[in-house]
Amino acid sequence: MKVLVAIKRVIDYNVKIRVKSDHSDVDLTNVKMAMNPFCEIAVEEAVRLKEKGVATEVVVVTIGPKAAQEQLRTALALGADRAIHVETDLRVESLGAARALAKIVEEQQPGLVILGKQAIDTDNNQTGQMLAALTGLPQGTFASEVAVEDGRLRVTREIDGGLETLELTLPAIVTTDLRLNEPRYAKLPDIMKAKKKPLEVRTPADLGVELASRIKLLKVEPPAERQAGIKVGSVDELIDKLKNEAKVIS
Amino acid sequence: MSILVLAEHHNGVLADATAHVVAAARQIGGELHVLVVGEGVAAIAEAASKLDGVGRVLVADHANYAHLLAEPTAALMAQLADDYGHVLAAASTTGKNVLPRLAALKGVGQISEIIAVQGVDTFKRPIYAGNAIATVQSEDTLKVITVRATAFDAVAATQSDDGAAIEAIDFVADNDQSTFIEEQLAESDRPELGSAKVVISGGRGMGSRENFQLLERIADKLGAAIGASRAAVDAGFAPNDMQVGQTGKIVAPELYIAVGISGAIQHLAGMKDAKVIVAINKDEDAPIFQVADYGLVADLFEALPALERQL
Amino acid sequence: MAWSLICSRPCPRWNGNSNSRLMKELAVEQVERDAMEFDVMIVGAGPAGLSAACRLMQQAGEAGRELTVCMVEKGSEVGAHILSGAIFEPRALQELFPDWQERGAPLTTPAVRDEVYLLKDDTKAWKLPNALVPPSMHNTGGEITRYVISAGNLCRWLAEQAEGLGVEIFPGFAAQEVIVEDGAVRGIVIGDMGVAADGTPQDGYTPGMELRAKYTLFAEGSRGHLGKRLIERFELDEGRDPQHYGIGLKELWDIPAEKHQPGLILHGSGWPLDKQAQGGWFLYHAENRQAVVGLIVDLSYRNPWLSPFDEFQRLKHHPVLKHHLEGGERVAYGARAITKGGLNCLPKMTFPGGLLIGCDAGTLNFAKIKGLHTAMKSGLVAGETVFEAIMSGDEGGQELSAFTAKWERSWAHAELEASASFGSAIHRYGTVLGGAYNFTNQLLGGRLPNLHDTTADHASLEPAAECEQIVYPKPDGKLSFDKLSSVFLSNTNHEENQPCHLRLTDPELPIRENLPRYAEPAQRYCPAGVYEVVEDDHGKPRFQINFQNCVHCKTCDIKDPAQNITWIAPEGGGGPNYPNM
Repeated sequence: MKVLVAIKRVIDYNVKIRVKSDHSDVDLTNVKMAMNPFCEIAVEEAVRLKEKGVATEVVVVTIGPKAAQEQLRTALALGADRAIHVETDLRVESLGAARALAKIVEEQQPGLVILGKQAIDTDNNQTGQMLAALTGLPQGTFASEVAVEDGRLRVTREIDGGLETLELTLPAIVTTDLRLNEPRYAKLPDIMKAKKKPLEVRTPADLGVELASRIKLLKVEPPAERQAGIKVGSVDELIDKLKNEAKVIS
Repeated sequence: MSILVLAEHHNGVLADATAHVVAAARQIGGELHVLVVGEGVAAIAEAASKLDGVGRVLVADHANYAHLLAEPTAALMAQLADDYGHVLAAASTTGKNVLPRLAALKGVGQISEIIAVQGVDTFKRPIYAGNAIATVQSEDTLKVITVRATAFDAVAATQSDDGAAIEAIDFVADNDQSTFIEEQLAESDRPELGSAKVVISGGRGMGSRENFQLLERIADKLGAAIGASRAAVDAGFAPNDMQVGQTGKIVAPELYIAVGISGAIQHLAGMKDAKVIVAINKDEDAPIFQVADYGLVADLFEALPALERQL
Repeated sequence: MAWSLICSRPCPRWNGNSNSRLMKELAVEQVERDAMEFDVMIVGAGPAGLSAACRLMQQAGEAGRELTVCMVEKGSEVGAHILSGAIFEPRALQELFPDWQERGAPLTTPAVRDEVYLLKDDTKAWKLPNALVPPSMHNTGGEITRYVISAGNLCRWLAEQAEGLGVEIFPGFAAQEVIVEDGAVRGIVIGDMGVAADGTPQDGYTPGMELRAKYTLFAEGSRGHLGKRLIERFELDEGRDPQHYGIGLKELWDIPAEKHQPGLILHGSGWPLDKQAQGGWFLYHAENRQAVVGLIVDLSYRNPWLSPFDEFQRLKHHPVLKHHLEGGERVAYGARAITKGGLNCLPKMTFPGGLLIGCDAGTLNFAKIKGLHTAMKSGLVAGETVFEAIMSGDEGGQELSAFTAKWERSWAHAELEASASFGSAIHRYGTVLGGAYNFTNQLLGGRLPNLHDTTADHASLEPAAECEQIVYPKPDGKLSFDKLSSVFLSNTNHEENQPCHLRLTDPELPIRENLPRYAEPAQRYCPAGVYEVVEDDHGKPRFQINFQNCVHCKTCDIKDPAQNITWIAPEGGGGPNYPNM
């Protein structure tokens, strides 16, 4: 079974973000970029499926600027076999990404597609579900456990208040939650080997997809600073305020 | 155009979140319908019909809709969506699972987890884990939106005795792709830190691991999760998985009680989105008071037992 | 296999409390390690290491010879741990890439105007007339155009050039040990990944590899943890004065457009350090409406109550600096030690199997307060020497005395020599000009140009009881900030569950000796809030190390009066994530 993994280049999770002074977007000049953490988990899961003999090939794909090839190389170092780069400098929203990925799915015919549940930049949490809709495939989102049994996929999902287990027909789309696995460290010889693994560059035009978004980003602002509230004089007063003013306890 | 709200429900009960999403829908304005999807959901539909501002309740009650699996639920909603200008759902694991699928079926974008309505097509939403707020505008004719429930005050129940009209939907979406196997709901008395409605956290001021028990007893009474600052974790008072902050968990409960926590920026990064923050600290200059809605300057070893007694 | 490690960490087996822990740690220690062989191994992707790497590959290309050059960098990416002023003299760059402009080197802001100030107190200042500015401090005029640059971005660009030439660069991999066989360096061992705080292997444990090479270049920057061991092991500092260091604190600001004058350069000294310590500050207007501001404090200071961080914070309130920063927003913060002893303190840079280059050795020219160009030059000379050796069929492990000869003939060495004698010239100059002498002397780091200062920086502290306690103003949150919100802007992170990388030889010493005698100065000299003295359950003082905050400046390793703190590399990729610093 071929496994396709879609990944995204995002600002490194350690980096404090800063809004541009003209409020047009977040300032990405000079900041460290990295693979989205949920995507790392997706790559790791695919590689584990290959190590278990379930997957035969792991193909990793990204949509983004030329520099996103760094993240593809990281995925290759972590164990993916080959990479596809859909190169664009546009700001790609989830629907555009899902459309491009649907074309790749059509071409590659994977038995399973794994994506991160959301990217830590836009926090959309949409692409996997949209890809499932566009390809007509079932979806197992927010997965914390994945197993292939008798040609079907058993996926345990992190839902509000607990876990839910589903069985899906294959091919299927899975999005990863944090507890699915602990990604490995890339080994130095694997990083060297990754430089020689195949990386195919595609364009939205040759895939025949339109990436422009109909959701416009009008403004990006820093969150409102929290204002200091009031000091209360006693525990009694505190409980009274919480019950009757803030109404957060009963 | 009218607005369709997908009802959120758990264990046969309409979830509070629905009333919050209805509130967001009312801010957009227009005829407002609630869609209840599931199996055996008549009582839920009844409850939804009593929400203030709801004009009609649509009910799709069928075995195929049990557990609101994404494939049939999105297919059903795609059938209905053409009559609406907006489709809204809570940004719960259900809403997040179904609505993007619906949007793509209709060929439109989706706007996730809005926290404010600026107009019929313009919304505010947090990005970068709440470290920036984006204002986005949808140019699609159909707007598919998930709503952060805590950002909108819930609508009350309607004053009139009869609720909105309830209408059954006959359409049944086939589903041979996904099968529900089982559900394991957390049974712990103590909710999970990441999703708890109330969190009580201790800092280095707690003084020792033993003293954290003072928090546990209050947490039991409030049904709260327990957190810790990094200083408390580093000092060995609490395990690392309890850490709230930049390098720990990011929480946004309705009530966050910080006890003996000075409020270093690294900690604030993990809890500043809480709806109400309470700080108890004996140092009145502690930075935590700059973000607290209610501050109590007190010795925590006196304040905590008093709090426990009076809750 | 008969090889030994220069053990840079106090061996955990001596610290083991229980038998079971001891056994687990031994398991980690005795793990099988994979090995790889290269022609040249370079530790640290800074200006010196990258210059050496590029030069090696350029020559290999010209000679049509296959050469394998491997470089490891402990930062999560190249540039993540680079912090410098910086004003840059492109002399070495010009030698390395004469076409640097076409290649898009990030030198976009030529220095256009110098201003030098002596701050008299917290409001008054004297602007030094141009004639009194020492020649080495001129950054405009003359034949060379100097540039206000980000050293981080320069390194990122150099890394691109190096990779283009075929160098294998591995960011996120920290060199942890030196392999020494038969008295010669044969490579390094990468630190293990995935070791828990108690030293036990956890999920994802990956033992570090041995990276072996004919020659290994150590370019870790100031007070490199392996460089320090090498200096001891091979007695490279024999006959030299003790090395001297400063701590440089720096912030990056977005400033209002109407205040921005790209290429404007301010230097100064005096208040607030005054007699407490030597040092000086800088404020440069860089590209993109940004300004950088920083303070360098010599680590030879005597008063243990001094806090370089707080001196820096209050400095920014002086009208001369405030004028440039007010209305702006601080976007990054960091700190790094500076090796500034100059030629008198420069250790021997050669030893069997390797070279010590750049600030790891101490090639900075403090009279100019510039080290990038000389570090790069030492890298170029290293690259040329090593390539010649390998071309001549050398199988490695030799002491490259040819390096010393070539280095001593270089312009960089001549510059350092000039600065060393410039030091004594200053003294003579000063006696004539009286007050101006004092000023100039302070400007240049006071005692620094003294030809021989034989007191090591860690030995300079006086007992706290005999010193004036310094009360620092509270930060206002606009121009000045507290330590933790500053560290927040260094984007520092370390995997929490790993052994602490700040090792105490005697864990009781901070409370037993440093606290009563020096009021434990680590609390104040550390610019990142790593060290605290807190009360335990019973109200007794306890020494707390918050290693996750560490910005890898190395000040603790230098300044601890008992030399009880040893800085070793944490898990690769940890530490600050500096942007264009």
